Amino acid sequence: MNASAKKVVYDPLIDNNPITWQILGICSALAVTTSMNTALLMSVALTAVVALSNMSISMVRNHVPGSIRIIVQMIIIASLVIIVDQLLKAYAYDTAKKLSVFVGLIITNCIVMGRAEAYAMSHDPKMSFLDGLGNGLGYSLVLLTVAFFRELLGAGSLFGIKILPLTSDGGWYQSNGLMLLPPSAFFIIGFMIWAIRAWKPKQVEKPDYRIHEEQNPDLI
Amino acid sequence: MNPIKKYLDMPNDSRSKTIVVALTLCLVCSILVSTAAVLLKPRQDANKALDKKRNILTIAGMMQPGVSIEESFSKIEPRIVDMATGLFVDKMDPTKYDQRKAAKDENLSVALTKDQDIASIRRQAKYATVYLVRKENKLDTIILPVHGYGLWSTMYGFVALQGDGKTVKGLGFYEHAETPGLGGEVDNPLWKEKWVGKEIYTPQGDVAIKLIKGGVGPSTSNAQYKVDALAGATLTSRGVENLVHYWLGDNGFKPFLKHISNEG
Repeated sequence: MNASAKKVVYDPLIDNNPITWQILGICSALAVTTSMNTALLMSVALTAVVALSNMSISMVRNHVPGSIRIIVQMIIIASLVIIVDQLLKAYAYDTAKKLSVFVGLIITNCIVMGRAEAYAMSHDPKMSFLDGLGNGLGYSLVLLTVAFFRELLGAGSLFGIKILPLTSDGGWYQSNGLMLLPPSAFFIIGFMIWAIRAWKPKQVEKPDYRIHEEQNPDLI
Repeated sequence: MNPIKKYLDMPNDSRSKTIVVALTLCLVCSILVSTAAVLLKPRQDANKALDKKRNILTIAGMMQPGVSIEESFSKIEPRIVDMATGLFVDKMDPTKYDQRKAAKDENLSVALTKDQDIASIRRQAKYATVYLVRKENKLDTIILPVHGYGLWSTMYGFVALQGDGKTVKGLGFYEHAETPGLGGEVDNPLWKEKWVGKEIYTPQGDVAIKLIKGGVGPSTSNAQYKVDALAGATLTSRGVENLVHYWLGDNGFKPFLKHISNEG
């Protein structure tokens, strides 16, 4: 892979992450991260959809009439999502059942549409595919990190395997029920954004305005 | 000149190119989607059938770790029941009979009048598949298929009764499309546990199950007939109550339960 291709894939992992930097696709990050299994399956599904939709949209980009541009993108994305949904129902039935509506809701995931419009419409298919792959992986990274903490602290397990013995089963770990509810994902994503921005200060946005540090006594 | 090239060379925003692009795209996408749906159907159906068996086992409390679903399910005896008489029918193969399909067939089902149809199911199949578990020659568990309308969807599930045909052993749904987090909580194991041990019938033989707001505590009168309703899901709870009343009532499995408890 040449340098620019590498940059397209690796950039969305941390520096330009769709969730922590672009703040897209938060809703599904709250819903499917109670366990590592569902988060992993959702990550695979979304990465496949965003990479393939980017590639297909890029292939037809020179012949898409501007007036129906968004509809064309939506049809391609929706078709891919339905195919992915059908595949999951055939090959990963139990986890797919837990994901229920959220696989279908990939259609409305802002990351997919956002990358199609921002990148695929103006780049060649190969680069668009890599961009989709990178953004999918960036999303997966956040999803799996959030799911790691939620499942470990909320249920004492990872991928369904017991790590911390729960008090309800005679162990020592008192599970944190909040971790299994959607708000905990907000906290964890918030902490992640904080940590990343402390590590990479250039991600910190400039404040819109600043309160004067000292008031001028003459003005009072 | 090649007609495809003719269209590709048109300006993107011309009216005919817009229509051609839209039509081609829809055609290609619909072929892809339908191919995927048709090719994957057999696998999905197999998964659904296995899931149904797992549900029957879970509701009856017969899921054992380490034992395959097929093996546990072999202890369950499926039988066909004539809904009108409550008697077993042997002319059909219970593994092949599809009650849901039959409920849509005019020859195999009866239309319900408005007063009868409290579960909003419109038609009821003349025959139903029930599942029996015997232990030491005594009837241990009776598993009955039930369905009824909730808020958004018809909920399909099972009610498991103890051998006496009166006490609930379990209840659960294997297919529904209620709101996740609200009505969808019919799948919540904690809520399903609340059904265990409840009594269906009053001593007079009327269906007495009620879903009530505010929880069932030691001070609740007639607590053996009452189950805590789902929070934030009044219509789904009402749907569950109605379908229990329907399927265990006179038009449902009551004649069958009477018959089988006499027979032992």
